[in-house]
Amino acid sequence: MIEFEHVTKVYDDGTEAINDVSFEVDQGTTTVLVGPSGCGKTTTMKLVNRLEDPTEGTVYYDGEDVTTLDPIELRRNIGYVIQEIGLFDHMTVAENIGTVPELLGWEQDRIDDRVTELMSLMDLPPDQYRNQYPRELSGGQRQRVGVARALASDPEVLLMDEPFGALDPITRENLQDEFLDIQDKIDKTILFVTHDIDEALKMGDMIALFDVGKLVQYATPREILETPKNQFVKDFIGENRALKKLQVTPVEEVMLTDVPDEDRDELAAIARGERDGIEPVKRLDSTQVALSQLIENDIAALPVVDDGGDVIAVVTEKAIRGRQRTYEAGGA
Amino acid sequence: MEAAVSTIQWSIAPLFIQDYIEFLTSYQSDLVVRTIQHIQIIVQSIAVAVPLGVILGTLITYNDRAATVVLWLAGIMMTIPSIALFGLLIPYFGIGQPPVIVALILYSQLPVIRNTYVGITQVDKSAIEAGEGLGMTRIELLRRVQLPMALPVIMAGVRNAVVILIGIAAIGAFIGAGGLGFFIFDGISDRHVPKIVVATVFLSILALAFDYGFANIEDGFRRRNGEEIEPALLTRFVNWVRPS
Repeated sequence: MIEFEHVTKVYDDGTEAINDVSFEVDQGTTTVLVGPSGCGKTTTMKLVNRLEDPTEGTVYYDGEDVTTLDPIELRRNIGYVIQEIGLFDHMTVAENIGTVPELLGWEQDRIDDRVTELMSLMDLPPDQYRNQYPRELSGGQRQRVGVARALASDPEVLLMDEPFGALDPITRENLQDEFLDIQDKIDKTILFVTHDIDEALKMGDMIALFDVGKLVQYATPREILETPKNQFVKDFIGENRALKKLQVTPVEEVMLTDVPDEDRDELAAIARGERDGIEPVKRLDSTQVALSQLIENDIAALPVVDDGGDVIAVVTEKAIRGRQRTYEAGGA
Repeated sequence: MEAAVSTIQWSIAPLFIQDYIEFLTSYQSDLVVRTIQHIQIIVQSIAVAVPLGVILGTLITYNDRAATVVLWLAGIMMTIPSIALFGLLIPYFGIGQPPVIVALILYSQLPVIRNTYVGITQVDKSAIEAGEGLGMTRIELLRRVQLPMALPVIMAGVRNAVVILIGIAAIGAFIGAGGLGFFIFDGISDRHVPKIVVATVFLSILALAFDYGFANIEDGFRRRNGEEIEPALLTRFVNWVRPS
């Protein structure tokens, strides 16, 4: 969907933002550009919707060199979300979200329907918020409006520059979780910029790790954790690499499908929600969540349930530890 | 001896209340006509001055050097005495209202251009980045984002200009433009103090009324832009005198 081919960007004042960057983003995936500030990740993103043009090399959008495309038309087909949100304070929430459809000349009825749909998707009750002004909203709500505005014309690609960076940690985490759900529904190709490795591991299908103008490693979150390419990557991931691995490992990889008969009743009870405070996990939940449940509730085994709530497997602390040991052996 | 008596009358005349009552009753309709004339001059000047100033103020946001030059020229304009400017314009526009209106348009350019320029350049950078990123053309960005967001500041400039113009327009009566200034020049030549005082009071009321009206419009725009504001001083004062 998006491809960078030996792209170098030097600004007019001589600063080199990125040097010989190549990578490819597949359709429907989320790629996170991560690195310390000033590493060129935002510049890389801006090359896609032509807010910047490359000095050398080529950026392809859907197979076409972006510099041959009309920037205005290109930008209307690419959603754009920035950290400062940049809502238009003189417009209502509905008008903000309807900006791009309005520019594209949609009929008012169609715009209204689309705005209602997006507000529901972003968990902003339309009746309540439609006619409010941005300054009347909280930071989290404002960023929801920002994301809804970016999705308004149903673009195939979404560019997000530290979208949750200015929010408090709790709002931030909620929005991340919600956005992961939304991403499942909307299935966009997303380029996501952050300086936070945890956010990158959580949000990304692929991670592009930058260090001062260079793309150091382009890999899945697990590959980054299991086989960091060099010391810079290791340092950037930080101390608790083992815990982070738990975060990116789904329960299905460590769960035991042979459920011992003597545990069945107890597990079923947990699955039915009869044990206060203990939540069963699903196969795609992270092992971090499972381990936290095990330790917090001081239990030996936690049921893994399917969407219908039936127990399909069990996860134990020992199983998680076993998995971790094989990682350590195979990894560093 | 006679001269001395007339000097005394001239200096204490403002104290004779009956002179005012006499003037107000005999010149009632004249006062109304002159006030309307005055307002007409202002409205005509502003109708041309605001679009012109906003266009110039917008254009110079694209070029820093042009901005410096235009703002400097508009500033120089303000320093030319109005009588001199009228005199310079008479060869081209004759006497009466036309040269006065042209002069008023020139005088109002500094506040309008400056406020348009400042208003547009102070628009939140992130809103502009978002607008560009969403695919707005330069004109769309200006029309949908920059100008609407700059409107309260532009309005403050217009308000400033109108108040200045009301005073300068009075001097226009000197070259036959009419308006409330007529009574002032008449009063000076007749040595008729009530004429001068009443005309001046009318001018002040006119200026305050326009200022109040524009302040409300400005506040309206600010509120629409989501700013939480204290009402303007005059608005507060009027609300205090006459709570609504």
